[in-house]
Amino acid sequence: MEPIIAVLVGILMAATVYLMLSRNFVRFIFGLALLSHAANLVIFASGGMTRARPPLIAPGEAAPLPGISNAVPQALMLTAIVISFSLLTFALVLAFRTYQELETVDTDRMRAAEPSSAGAAADAGQGTVD
Amino acid sequence: MSWLLVCPIVIPLAAAVIGFAGRGSERAQRAVSLAGAVGLSAAAAGLLSTVWREGIATVQIGRWPAPYGITLVADHLSAAMVAVTALIGLATVIYAFGDTRPGRLSQALHPLLHALLAGVCGAFLAGDVFNLYVWFEVMLIASLALLILGGTPAQLDGAVRYAALSLVATTLLLSGIGLLYGLTGTLNMADLHLRVQEVEDQGLLTLVAMVFIIAFGLKSAVFPLFFWLPASYHTPQTAVSAVFSGLLTKVGVYALMRFFTLIFRHDVGYTHELLLWVAGLTMVTGVLGAASQNELRRILSFHIISQIGYMILGLALFTTFGLLGGIFYVIHHIVVKANLFFVSGAVDRLAGSTDLDRLGGLYRDKPLLAALFFVPAFSLAGFPPLSGFWAKLLLIQASIESGEFIMAGVALTVGLLTAYSMTKIWLNAFWKARPDEAGPPPPPLAPRRQWLLLAPIATLAVVTLTIGL
Repeated sequence: MEPIIAVLVGILMAATVYLMLSRNFVRFIFGLALLSHAANLVIFASGGMTRARPPLIAPGEAAPLPGISNAVPQALMLTAIVISFSLLTFALVLAFRTYQELETVDTDRMRAAEPSSAGAAADAGQGTVD
Repeated sequence: MSWLLVCPIVIPLAAAVIGFAGRGSERAQRAVSLAGAVGLSAAAAGLLSTVWREGIATVQIGRWPAPYGITLVADHLSAAMVAVTALIGLATVIYAFGDTRPGRLSQALHPLLHALLAGVCGAFLAGDVFNLYVWFEVMLIASLALLILGGTPAQLDGAVRYAALSLVATTLLLSGIGLLYGLTGTLNMADLHLRVQEVEDQGLLTLVAMVFIIAFGLKSAVFPLFFWLPASYHTPQTAVSAVFSGLLTKVGVYALMRFFTLIFRHDVGYTHELLLWVAGLTMVTGVLGAASQNELRRILSFHIISQIGYMILGLALFTTFGLLGGIFYVIHHIVVKANLFFVSGAVDRLAGSTDLDRLGGLYRDKPLLAALFFVPAFSLAGFPPLSGFWAKLLLIQASIESGEFIMAGVALTVGLLTAYSMTKIWLNAFWKARPDEAGPPPPPLAPRRQWLLLAPIATLAVVTLTIGL
């Protein structure tokens, strides 16, 4: 099972890199979504994948019977999914608000925080271009 | 004393929740914010003195024994970091009272600030790597919200860069934690220290170490992963910039120090040599970037990067003396850098600009502010007897003792260039006459607000002097 997951993580990662290299911020966010899936699968696979019984304690017992699956990776993944979901939502809203304010999703054309030096000189009202 | 360990996380979280609930009454919300910051300071001071007297304190949440349960640990480093976090938190809350007028902005600012402080303190106290990740995320989401508070185009643009790189960093951190768990079968940091020695394939361990270097390197803005920092740190309100510049990158440095002294020490020749190169390049690129800037807050942003280089240098040398220098540098830097951002905000309020071409004459007009700028600025540049001098001295001495003469030379040169930047600010903003094109200064602030701005600056300047002496 692990080799299949490993290949899947590889494919997801490749798609992530492809999407993230785009200047379009919306594509970048799609890449981010795939990246978080890849990370979750890494945790899942590295925790060891076995066919085992659920880690439940039977009534009247103090400890679960042997042969149960490891619950820790699943707990980690659950936490990570919730967190990445909230961050993804934030990123989408940020992209939308940025599009409203700057009228672009092209990260190369977003120059509000770091104006290019020619633009900054013009803003400061000093220095001609030539 | 286990409750004392939980306090630095619970108090700011409670202040954030009550603050959000109490949005209706501005007065009550401000009282809660101040009470939260004072409470956090008291708890941090108590924790520091307890750890100082009785050594490392731990608490197992819900009494699940380590390494299975959630563990909080406070050693001397954690306790000192929590204490300095509380100090910056208190200073920021008071500064924000003076800087941000009552209104929707201030109503969101104070609760989010406390949420951020909870995340930072949690990261310092976390005893297992997954909780460290969770606290990083708490910190990240609070910082994203703080960054876009106000919603100007520049802030949104900065936030796009900050969010993009931070989200990649946290996902990498998560993958790294998964891989580390797969290799060792534990998440508890102390347990990891023992278990990594039993890992058969040490090459795989180095690979995982690289994932963590990239993840924490992005967080702490080292070369070549720092681009998000100068793109975003100058955009939000001053109080937010100050708390970011003081605390956020330093949590990344702290995490690097924890991981690369406690867990990844199997191949020091490779990992720490890499860190050494990163440290040198970070110092140089940061300070050169600062020299090319002409806006107060952007100069200071680039200086954060070059200072991070010094801290990483202390870690990379991997001697007791080097680590001591690095840790001292972190604590000195948090106080000084936050203070410089406060000064830049006060300059903005009193002179109407942070562009060096539009400033001048502040030494004549505002002598007190000039004196208060002088202390942190020349502490940053490393003038004796201020705290920055001792921090640099320790690091340079440690470099020479380890035979890293090039690094000692780089550290000295970067110190000189830092002095150049600070002199540039001093000459342009404070010394030269106010240029004509700057226009008339803004109307003077009410004396009460002026004092609220200057009181935290003065307090942090006194702290800088005290650390130095």
